[in-house]
Amino acid sequence: MQIIGFLIIFPLIAALALLLIRQNTARNVIVYISGAAIACGSIVLAATYMGAQAVYFEFASEIVDYLCTAVSCICVVIIVAFAVKYKNVFAAILALIQMVVVLYVEFSFASQMEVEFGLYVDSLSVIMSLIIGIIGSGICVYAIGYMEDFQAHEPETAKDRRPTFFAIMFIFLSAMFAIVLSNNMSWMFTAWEVTTLCSFLLIGYTKTEEAIRNAFRQIIMNLAGGIGFIVALWFCAAQVGTLSFADFLSIGINNPQIVAIPITFLAFAGITKAAQMPFQTWLLGAMVAPTPTSALLHSSTMVKAGVFLLVKLAPLFLLNPIASVMVMLVGGVTFLLCSFMAISQSNAKRVLAYSTIANLGLITMCAGVGTPEAVWAAIFLIVFHAIAKSLLFLCVGTAEHHIGSRDIEDMDLLFERMPRLARLMMLGIMCMFIAPFGMLVAKWAALVSFVNMDQVALILILAFGSAATFMFWAKWLGKLAGVAGQPKNVELDVHVSEWIAIMLMAILLVFACVALPVISAYMVEPYVVEVYGFLGQDISFDNLFIASICVVVVVIALFAGLGRSKARQVDIYLAGVSKDNEKREFQNSLSGQTVATARNWYMNDIFGEARIAPVGVIFNSVIMCCAIVLALVGITLI
Amino acid sequence: MEFFEGLIITIAASVVFAIIAPVVGCLLAGVDRVISARMQGRVGPPLLQPYYDVRKLMGKEKVSVNTVQGAYVVCAFIFACLAGGIFFSGGNLLMCVFVITLSSLFLIMAAWSSRSPYSEVGASRETLQVMSYEPMVLIFAVAFYMATALILPLDGLGSFNVSSAFMLNVPVITYVWPVFIGLLFILTIKLRKSPFDLSMSHHAHQEIVRGITTEMSGPTLALVEILHWCENVLFLGWVGVFFIWGTWWSVLIAIAVALVVYFIEILIDNNFARVKWQFMLKSAWVVALIGGVNIAVLAYM
Repeated sequence: MQIIGFLIIFPLIAALALLLIRQNTARNVIVYISGAAIACGSIVLAATYMGAQAVYFEFASEIVDYLCTAVSCICVVIIVAFAVKYKNVFAAILALIQMVVVLYVEFSFASQMEVEFGLYVDSLSVIMSLIIGIIGSGICVYAIGYMEDFQAHEPETAKDRRPTFFAIMFIFLSAMFAIVLSNNMSWMFTAWEVTTLCSFLLIGYTKTEEAIRNAFRQIIMNLAGGIGFIVALWFCAAQVGTLSFADFLSIGINNPQIVAIPITFLAFAGITKAAQMPFQTWLLGAMVAPTPTSALLHSSTMVKAGVFLLVKLAPLFLLNPIASVMVMLVGGVTFLLCSFMAISQSNAKRVLAYSTIANLGLITMCAGVGTPEAVWAAIFLIVFHAIAKSLLFLCVGTAEHHIGSRDIEDMDLLFERMPRLARLMMLGIMCMFIAPFGMLVAKWAALVSFVNMDQVALILILAFGSAATFMFWAKWLGKLAGVAGQPKNVELDVHVSEWIAIMLMAILLVFACVALPVISAYMVEPYVVEVYGFLGQDISFDNLFIASICVVVVVIALFAGLGRSKARQVDIYLAGVSKDNEKREFQNSLSGQTVATARNWYMNDIFGEARIAPVGVIFNSVIMCCAIVLALVGITLI
Repeated sequence: MEFFEGLIITIAASVVFAIIAPVVGCLLAGVDRVISARMQGRVGPPLLQPYYDVRKLMGKEKVSVNTVQGAYVVCAFIFACLAGGIFFSGGNLLMCVFVITLSSLFLIMAAWSSRSPYSEVGASRETLQVMSYEPMVLIFAVAFYMATALILPLDGLGSFNVSSAFMLNVPVITYVWPVFIGLLFILTIKLRKSPFDLSMSHHAHQEIVRGITTEMSGPTLALVEILHWCENVLFLGWVGVFFIWGTWWSVLIAIAVALVVYFIEILIDNNFARVKWQFMLKSAWVVALIGGVNIAVLAYM
């Protein structure tokens, strides 16, 4: 239990230190050391509890209860203060509503309701802790170099607000640990709200008009989700009679009727946090923030809290048809439509954002299906998405600082301008969508689980969505793969902390893909067996083994096989005499010079945002409204 | 160690496939050229002309526009052979589908790496072709599974393993003939036959003929050719698997059907003009949706 305390409290201490010590070198040292300590802490936690049954710790304290209420109130006060400063009435109203409900629930129910076992560890929280601890701290380390460049690009007069930035990053990690390790749902709620506030502050970090607007969009949507969460707690306390998450789940399994309302509201909270349509715009807006923020929000924190909650609730979805249909359809529609919209984007960060939302949709879909196979798939999707997406964000961030653009069209020849970075980016991209890498293995398991449940709609969604996924990743990959002439290598001055973080993610990625069968046996299967009592029909071990061998082949080809050819080099054919191969310049029929240009396909008239987004927003809003109304009037179809 | 055994069988099958499939594929390509010539009122080349072509390419000097293209093509070839090995050793159909997609991706990257505008157009179109046929291919695998679930006496559980086809009382075609027709439709894309030969073609009158392979020459181009032979054999295997059931002579029926399908593809190839990509994408997806209706019916049986 000490290790849990360490994981939650230590990042807070680090954050405090970062706020107080404003000297650059000292800050870098603190970030390196605390990052390493948090990563080690999560590894110790994993080593201690890996593969074991869930362990509950007897820990109840009124002081912590009051502290949590106080923290929730402080969050609201901060939000209201910002809302007043920037004249955003809506955010202020939502925040105040939330505060009223929190205080009501806390003092009318929760104070009489003691949760004996406040903290717990099971295999899923071990996996989540590893993701938060290793990837989260890796991103913090990356931010050292990135923010130095970022500050250098700011005007001289700009105030150096990096201490606040790093402090919020570490508070974020602490809150995430609290979410995945608390059994007391009111503590979990407090941590949930802290992550909302932290991402609000991080998105608004640059204080440009756009950043402020997007930060408020985020806070409004997530406050709505937070209200959903606290209403769920209200029903938990009033109807189910417990605020212990474990008790809630076991009561729900024995008596699905009674938890119908709380799980619908909890699912709503998870869906807002996981940025599913119609709430996808907050995550897209979060792109204005510095890249480490986007990486943190997308890969290891924030959105992962949303899907974590949904995966935890999966066994209950299996028993509650209405909530299950809501979660499946919202996730499915989001996966399909966001994959389509990603095709029409040329901004690399926006492509990544749409792909994140789509993958979260897939995880949501799996959670909604709720069978053991689906949960297995969902957990692997969480793991691989976290690693691959953080790798990609970090690569894009570094590329942006060195080629001066985040547009995919400008990533021409990256393979030679930034040879190592481009190869790592290609590795990350391949992991996102193609066999034999982890994401696809997880998608495969998801497909098998949909087939076994006869979910034809979900099978079709997966089939079409995956095809779209192929399109938008492959064309990006193609842009990176171009090789011509000998352009100047511009990656020599990449900050060492950035390389450390990027290499960490790349190694983790290859490790996780190759060790997939082992991770499955020692971490994911124990959780599935513990929750369901059996494993379901999984992908057989020899197929996983073939996949991991293929990974090795592809990685070797990418890093050792390319660029070794001894063949004689010639110019490409340009329908005229080549003048400058690198610029694709040739002599045309009038003896003038012509430059051949080629752009990727974006197919805006088919897959454009304007055409597709409204469909998903309307459809999903209607689905969620129906599900909530049905739950409230007591129709459960059980 | 049972799974090591499975692994060795798969790898051995891939090696065998890498030897036999080019021979079969080469003959099929020769037949294709003779039949096409007859359809056009020509005599056509000798049956072994594709072999002569490849042998000549093999003997040419190694010339390349960059240092990476050859490596991509080799990867594409290796994974195509692995996909063939998985399929013909009775392995997992989904795995086979995924591995052959990986192979296509490497070919696409080989084209893109050249930075030739013509190759890039070909690569973009090839990507679009993959996006067009991929849903139907996945639905084909799912339909196979659902059909085996209905036929096998195993309390509702089916199998993605190709080998399970030999345990059936009736072939899967009896339940999934709409999916079979859908597969035939996208097979035209996969075999790069007109009207869907957008990314590269063997008809000299198209607006872009070679697309993907514009900048490939000598041994690399030869390997691409062999890769296509292997792919063709694998895809005809997919066609045949619909007609396999628990007797040895069903294999003969499967081969006969595969040959008939191949003939039909040649006929289509010679009788249709290339379409625009919009039509290809929309029609292939509509066909996939029809396949979806088929599996929906299976789900409620």
